[in-house]
Amino acid sequence: MKKEYDVIVVGGGPAGSTAARYAASGGASVLMLEKDRDIGYPVRCGEAVSHEGVTQFIEPDPKWIAATVTKFRLVAPNGKEVTPRLDGNGYVLERRLFDYAVAKLAADAGAEIITKAYAYDLLTDSAGRAVGVKALIKDEQVEIRSRIVIGADGVESRVGRWAGIDSVCSIHDMESCAQMTLSGIDVVQDRLDFYFGEELAPGGYLWVFPKGKNSANVGIGISVEEAKKKSAIKYLEEFVDRIFPHAAMLTRIAGGVPCAATCDTLVKNNVMLVGDAGHQVNPTSGGGIISGMIGGMIAGQVAAEAIKANDLSLLPEYQKRWQRRLGWRHEVFYTIKEAISDFSNETLNSIAESALKLPEGKRTLGGIFRAALWNKPSLLIDVAKVFIS
Amino acid sequence: MPRKTPLMIYITPGKCDFCGCCVGVCPEDAIELMESRISIIDERCTNCSKCVWACPWEVIKFHREGVAELPSGQPMFLNTAQTEPNK
Repeated sequence: MKKEYDVIVVGGGPAGSTAARYAASGGASVLMLEKDRDIGYPVRCGEAVSHEGVTQFIEPDPKWIAATVTKFRLVAPNGKEVTPRLDGNGYVLERRLFDYAVAKLAADAGAEIITKAYAYDLLTDSAGRAVGVKALIKDEQVEIRSRIVIGADGVESRVGRWAGIDSVCSIHDMESCAQMTLSGIDVVQDRLDFYFGEELAPGGYLWVFPKGKNSANVGIGISVEEAKKKSAIKYLEEFVDRIFPHAAMLTRIAGGVPCAATCDTLVKNNVMLVGDAGHQVNPTSGGGIISGMIGGMIAGQVAAEAIKANDLSLLPEYQKRWQRRLGWRHEVFYTIKEAISDFSNETLNSIAESALKLPEGKRTLGGIFRAALWNKPSLLIDVAKVFIS
Repeated sequence: MPRKTPLMIYITPGKCDFCGCCVGVCPEDAIELMESRISIIDERCTNCSKCVWACPWEVIKFHREGVAELPSGQPMFLNTAQTEPNK
């Protein structure tokens, strides 16, 4: 480890690693700090991505693919179900191996990586601009200087706050999540399942994602506003007791997903936020792996350009490019989320009914969407599209 | 704004999964989360309870009487308090 770098990335998830990778390949000297002992562990994720999304960054490798999916099933509160095809294949990942692979790409590009390295504050100059971080590495307090700090510190992000960015997620938008990886259960391995309903997962959904033979990630995300009345784990335990009563539990994790539009400010005082830290999550689906990596890529590229030009006033270009690439879409998805989160069981049921009237061959997302347009509450189907973007 | 009442937010020892959901909703930057250690920063916490609602596992609790009144033998939950011994 050196005393000074062009760029320090705080957080070694997919967004942080991708930011480190593109900053390093753009010629910047990069240090990435991960607070946990291992890159990729503990996993806090449903782990589903689209083939199209992931191949922008890395060639699919059977080592980190637990299951390949071709369709998904939406289950309405009354049990009626629709099973549309996916537009392209999707994957359920082994995130701990996937994150490793993505971090290796950053290392290959020249980034240095240190784990069990907890950044606890920024170093700032007299104008309040970040000029590095204070970190706890192997229980020793160290100060490392840098020209740019990229905050990739996840849902629990504090780097942005230290730079004066409002990255707090409202309790309305934060999804409180719990997930179990279950084994010894009967699960269709090429299908993602989504369950909806006021009693099952109010203002959110329950998922069952295949994780290889006889196993699956079974999880739930509900708005904190709902979790106030009854916690995510209670809903999940009820569902698992009912559907998979004899399952073996391989993991049991908690998590939070900021299902908001992107932070108004992603760049301030030489700090850039990427991934969950900048709320770069698809607000309807809660999916954030690919969108976080896209944010990381753009931030890394812009950081390298600014270093090369020796002009940090170029950094806000990141926010503009993000907005053009995905930010505007997330605003649309946010509007959709707001509309559907209040759907009653009756509305959800009627949408499933109208989709089931389609001939089987037409039960693609587009077909269902067109059919559902005849009903006013067509939005759920639009949302379905969002799940696989 | 300094808090007038005692600290009322309590993290049940040994139960936290360190997921960070609470940190994400904390408006005061009053929760310190490390690999396997979490603590409330007493002087910043306003007892707003958002972390209590956000916790997926009901590990964070609100105690009207204040956490200092909790049974002795429990760890203190002040600035350096931990839910688990350092690993």
